[in-house]
Amino acid sequence: MSMKATGAEIILLALKDQGVDTLFGYPGGAVLPIYDAIYQQNHINHYLVRHEQGATHAAEGYARSTGKVGCVLVTSGPGATNAITGIADALLDSIPMVVITGQVGTPLIGTDAFQEADIVGITRSCTKHNYLVRNVEDLERTLHEAFYIASSGRPGPVVVDIPKDVQFAEYVYTGEIVKSHKTYRPITDGAADQIAEAINLIKNAKKPIFYTGGGVINSGPEASKLLQELVELTGAPVTSTLMGLGAYPASGDKWLNMLGMHGSYEANMAMHDCDVMICVGARFDDRITGRVDAFAPFSKKIHIDIDPSSIGKIIPVDVPIIGDVKSVLADMIKLWKDGNCSQGQPSLDAWFKDINSWRARRSFDYNKTDDVIAPQYAVERLYELTKDKNTYITTEVGQHQMWAAQHYKFEEPNRWMTSGGLGTMGYGLPAAIGVQVAHPDALVVDIAGEGSIQMCMQEMSTAMQFGLPIKIFILNNERLGMVRQWQQLLHGERYSSTYSESLPDFVKMAEAFGCLGLQVSDPAKLDETILEMIDYNGPVLVDVLVEKNANCLPMIPSGAVHNEMILEDVLADTEVSDAGKRLV
Amino acid sequence: MQDHHHTLSILVDNEAGVLARVIGLFSARGYNIESLTVSEIDPVSNMSRITVVTTGNEKVITQIQQQIVRLVPVHSVVDLSLGTASVEREMALVKVAGVGQKRVEALRLAEAFRAHTVDAAVDSFIFEITGRTEKVTQFINLMKPLGLVEASRTGIAATSRGSEAVHTE
Repeated sequence: MSMKATGAEIILLALKDQGVDTLFGYPGGAVLPIYDAIYQQNHINHYLVRHEQGATHAAEGYARSTGKVGCVLVTSGPGATNAITGIADALLDSIPMVVITGQVGTPLIGTDAFQEADIVGITRSCTKHNYLVRNVEDLERTLHEAFYIASSGRPGPVVVDIPKDVQFAEYVYTGEIVKSHKTYRPITDGAADQIAEAINLIKNAKKPIFYTGGGVINSGPEASKLLQELVELTGAPVTSTLMGLGAYPASGDKWLNMLGMHGSYEANMAMHDCDVMICVGARFDDRITGRVDAFAPFSKKIHIDIDPSSIGKIIPVDVPIIGDVKSVLADMIKLWKDGNCSQGQPSLDAWFKDINSWRARRSFDYNKTDDVIAPQYAVERLYELTKDKNTYITTEVGQHQMWAAQHYKFEEPNRWMTSGGLGTMGYGLPAAIGVQVAHPDALVVDIAGEGSIQMCMQEMSTAMQFGLPIKIFILNNERLGMVRQWQQLLHGERYSSTYSESLPDFVKMAEAFGCLGLQVSDPAKLDETILEMIDYNGPVLVDVLVEKNANCLPMIPSGAVHNEMILEDVLADTEVSDAGKRLV
Repeated sequence: MQDHHHTLSILVDNEAGVLARVIGLFSARGYNIESLTVSEIDPVSNMSRITVVTTGNEKVITQIQQQIVRLVPVHSVVDLSLGTASVEREMALVKVAGVGQKRVEALRLAEAFRAHTVDAAVDSFIFEITGRTEKVTQFINLMKPLGLVEASRTGIAATSRGSEAVHTE
């Protein structure tokens, strides 16, 4: 197929050929030709957001819940700079995304023209790659290449900046899709000798543990199945980072819950005591490792990652395996079965005896009272009342996010959308919109805090316009709770700027947008409120007034080691070193 | 692990912004650049070679290499300070002004350092000196009391010894 088309038409043809049917965006002067082309076609649905940050997070939610590339279209200058936060978020959480930004016409570039910003310069450090397309002849190839780079290897955001005159110019569109690149060549198959060495370590381990992350999710649902199979074969327990929740089902008997700063006692103790660690698609983030020099001190470490730069970046490993999780796990399973490795494997009974004693500490337990809703209780009830439905959860960032990760149990991948690496408040509501667009019949709930929700609350208007029945579930403690918790722990209870005065009336706010607004403060009425939220056919905001000063526990204070967790609410008595304070 | 100087040879596609990507990575991740040289080496294949001298321990240098390779337009990165010895050279243009005894002494030192005189006036010289970085630095330091006006250094060009190419692709 070869046809003459304008740059704007070439963009839409390329998107169509890449299987894109959904765009999140916001128009403006420098993208008018593209919006005109959108108006004249039927393949791609455009969702008009209310702020460009919302477009990027919506695309992230769409991508994370489908495995497809999320697509964004914004104008030059402020349109593009507003999108930066979501682009940086996608980079840190390895979310495939293509962001098309309009640019002033090529003769005007560099003249400080109206709505001009050097977007390729600004986004260089927060994209996987970016392009400025100065000639229409390069446009088609660049767009297909952008999709290839965004979706292959370690996924990430790619920005394509397209000047307005290039959108008007005409050229031939061929429909030839790029599937390779002369310098960018991600490795997907792990090296056989290293895989063999890994299997040898695992089959002789007395205290093995799987430490899994977002890479398992990114590798596709097949990778999660293979992980479960390898866990069953080896009998080793499994924990996951925030980003990897759902890859191994929370109901599985080998599940240790999330690890890290607010992870479970059993997960962190097992990480500390293990003799062989199998890190699968995770990157030894500082929220996971605690003090690096005392991280899992007795273990041999196997690290499976598609990105060579993740290997040895923070923690030295004994067996690095560069490759796609799905491919490497399949090879490991084959090798394990062929070698009959379960025979002669040391007994893991003593290991599970240790683990069960740590589990018995019940580190996610909290105080339940009849007069005020504990935030953990709110998440627990939400889980119980939504677990049998086709549910997707997004979150904002803060205490509510950690309580959601601790108390909502995920059985499948792609059901949990959260901002892990960048920790972006304002992520959850637009992400929920993106998820709902991809799954119109699903129940999509944004577990939020009253602070975060105000960062992108304008997107409730988007939900109304497109009939997206998202549910916003605010755990309202009238405080920026996570920061307040750190101030209690590290800064002598001097609560500097963490009390949100003049909070809006969230019920009225929801109603002003045309959504249903609900409020609940009585634990006895929580269930009926959640059920009302679920049953309402349209966007709902639930303002759950929760215990105001609850702390998110357990926690590993910064600069501490995994076996130095704080379990009970004794934060004020905890000494944190100066080095630890700097790590916060 | 001790910090050492490392000379990295980076082969890139000669496209707009590629140098900014490489050096931006150094500043964003807190790595040091002590010397930087970049030029197109093959107009047909449209490739450039960037030579960077940086400092770090083994772990840091490995991480720098892996981060650079991750950049899309980068073909390969080779640490010339590892394995077989490499040849490194730097060139400088050194302007010295003076008359009388100092002028004679400057000219004599330039000869001793095998520097070429590329410009001469009654009260000044411009010397072209080529050699290892330390030699160039030493020469410039010697010129200071003799009327050094300024020096312009190129940064390092480097390749490996023997018949093999540094970047074999």
